[in-house]
Amino acid sequence: MLPFKYNWRSMRVRWVSTLMTVVGIGLTVSVFLAMMSLVRGLESTFTETGYPLNLLLLRQGGTAESTSVLSRQNYEVVRYLPGIAPGQDGEPLVSPEIIVLINHPKKDGGTTNISIRGLTPRGLEIRPTVRMIEGRFFRGGLREVIVSRKVKERFQGMDLGERVRFGKGNWTVVGVFDAGQTAYGSEVWTDVDELGTDFDRPIYSSIVLRAADEAAIPRLKEAIAADRWLRLKVQRETEYWASQTRTAMPVKALGYFIAIVMAVGSAFAAMNTMYAAVAHRTREIATLRTVGFRRRTIVLSFLLESALLGLAGGLVGCLVALPLHGLATGTTNFVTFSEVAFNFRITPRLLLQALAFAAVMGAAGGLFPARRAASMKIVEALREL
Amino acid sequence: MSEAAVQLRDLRKVFRRDSMEIVALENIHLEVQRGDFVCLMGPSGSGKSTLLNLVAGIDRPTSGELHVLGEEISRLSESQLAAWRNRHIGFVFQTFNLIPVLTAFENVELPLLLTKLSSKERREHVEMALKLVGLADRMAHYPRQLSGGQEQRVAIARAIVADPTLVLADEPTGDLDAHSADEVLKILQQLNREFGKTVLLVTHDLRAARRATVRHYLDKGLLQDAPPLEMA
Ligand SMILES: Nc1ncnc2c1ncn2[C@@H]1O[C@H](COP(=O)(O)OP(=O)(O)O)[C@@H](O)[C@H]1O
Ligand SMILES: [Mg+2]
Repeated sequence: MLPFKYNWRSMRVRWVSTLMTVVGIGLTVSVFLAMMSLVRGLESTFTETGYPLNLLLLRQGGTAESTSVLSRQNYEVVRYLPGIAPGQDGEPLVSPEIIVLINHPKKDGGTTNISIRGLTPRGLEIRPTVRMIEGRFFRGGLREVIVSRKVKERFQGMDLGERVRFGKGNWTVVGVFDAGQTAYGSEVWTDVDELGTDFDRPIYSSIVLRAADEAAIPRLKEAIAADRWLRLKVQRETEYWASQTRTAMPVKALGYFIAIVMAVGSAFAAMNTMYAAVAHRTREIATLRTVGFRRRTIVLSFLLESALLGLAGGLVGCLVALPLHGLATGTTNFVTFSEVAFNFRITPRLLLQALAFAAVMGAAGGLFPARRAASMKIVEALREL
Repeated sequence: MSEAAVQLRDLRKVFRRDSMEIVALENIHLEVQRGDFVCLMGPSGSGKSTLLNLVAGIDRPTSGELHVLGEEISRLSESQLAAWRNRHIGFVFQTFNLIPVLTAFENVELPLLLTKLSSKERREHVEMALKLVGLADRMAHYPRQLSGGQEQRVAIARAIVADPTLVLADEPTGDLDAHSADEVLKILQQLNREFGKTVLLVTHDLRAARRATVRHYLDKGLLQDAPPLEMA
């Protein structure tokens, strides 16, 4: 093996071209990381929503709460099925809910759809990831709403005490809740009956219930499926939300496209630099081989140097992209067509992937230059100036 | 061990450039005995470097026999040849050819990186070699911090650090002033006399030629009888 310091110092000697290559690769890596952290953030929002013991009921064939219709009788039947966990008040933990979309102005301009979820206090009990952080829970019949922290931050007129206009009039914001990184973080909640009356909908969109234990889940599913009159689709709440991760598909596709562009660009940048390096060091290579270093060792040495270029670029890209982590943003959920708020999410795994990718691309770019370096005839290389 | 160090029979080397053929060496018969200090002279373009490169195993003959240290080296594979060079040959270039990003110590250490020596043993060998060429105090210097004569002495240290049997030098004093050239020649002579190295030296330098025990003369790729030194 040739000592590593040989490569390291050689790179430092031609630092201008090294730096330019590293920065070039770094920028593409950072763009890729930005896209992928968007994807990760969006996906995790969906995969972290839902509680493992919760079941979500939609109409048969329904794919989204906002387009599903259930009758009130459905609720009366489901409520008394065996295997449902009891709430604090001893009643079964079942929450009939309605989803309504309203178009509302954002703080940074423009308008977008927000999901208004009508539910009962049991709906809060069923969702352990949601907790009140300001004000209080809404009371039925008083036209009160509570909003998620992210909705409060991103939309106009959503602060505590302010009035929001939708349906047949104004509603007062009486509380703010935190929903962690889940999809509920993009919602406004109010009383289910009041919301139904206001929008003239004597129906429900969905029913959420908490199974008593894991064993109760298949039995509940069976009981609901067996009831031909109910005609409901049962799934785990987690499954329902996970299926919405396809919202991330366009961003993901763009991310992968950028990854390909990045791969090609980085490899070419590294190739250019390495060809110049090989040309510059022709006589050194011949000298090393005269001393007894084998062709294979020379190839490896230049590949290593090229991979190092890529790695350094990857590192720069990570440093540039890292401040994005945690940054809040939002997009339209393509399943429900409402706004979903989420955070950029740069995971250690993503960073490692970017670094490995950049290094591999660097090495790939060094392949031809390294082969040229090793295939030269010693005596001819010695004659070069 | 009475076998000759170098034995060339009917050696021929032709370079092909596009459609041109250049006959660099022809009908070369040459024996170099172990312990000889051989000087190879001749005008520019006469094939001296080509001959030295063949003996060093960094180029291959077009035809003929090329026995060096008991081995027909034209039959060795590329990687066998690389290992062979590392073990048996020390090569000194006219242009020094030190690696600019490595210190004197690191340059001299290079051939030892291919051996099984521990880093402590390598250090001992490198220090000994640098001491022999009188540069023990310049180990941490980079080539650009050294004079030409010092650079060439580092290059000689690199050539001998792995204790090769054969030391080959291609116009090692060509780029040096008279004083530095003298130092370099003295070291080569010392290697021959005190350490028993077989030395093959290509040179134009008459003072260099005088130190040799055997002289050969090349002209247009053919070995000639060496003319007396005054005429060369
Ligand atoms: N790699 C090569 N390709 C083509 N011609 C070469 C090559 N090396 C040497 N020659 C030619 O072979 C002849 C002998 O060259 P060389 O051995 O370098 O001479 P010297 O060292 O005596 O000056 C010259 O005519 C030179 O141009
Ligand atoms: Mg020459």
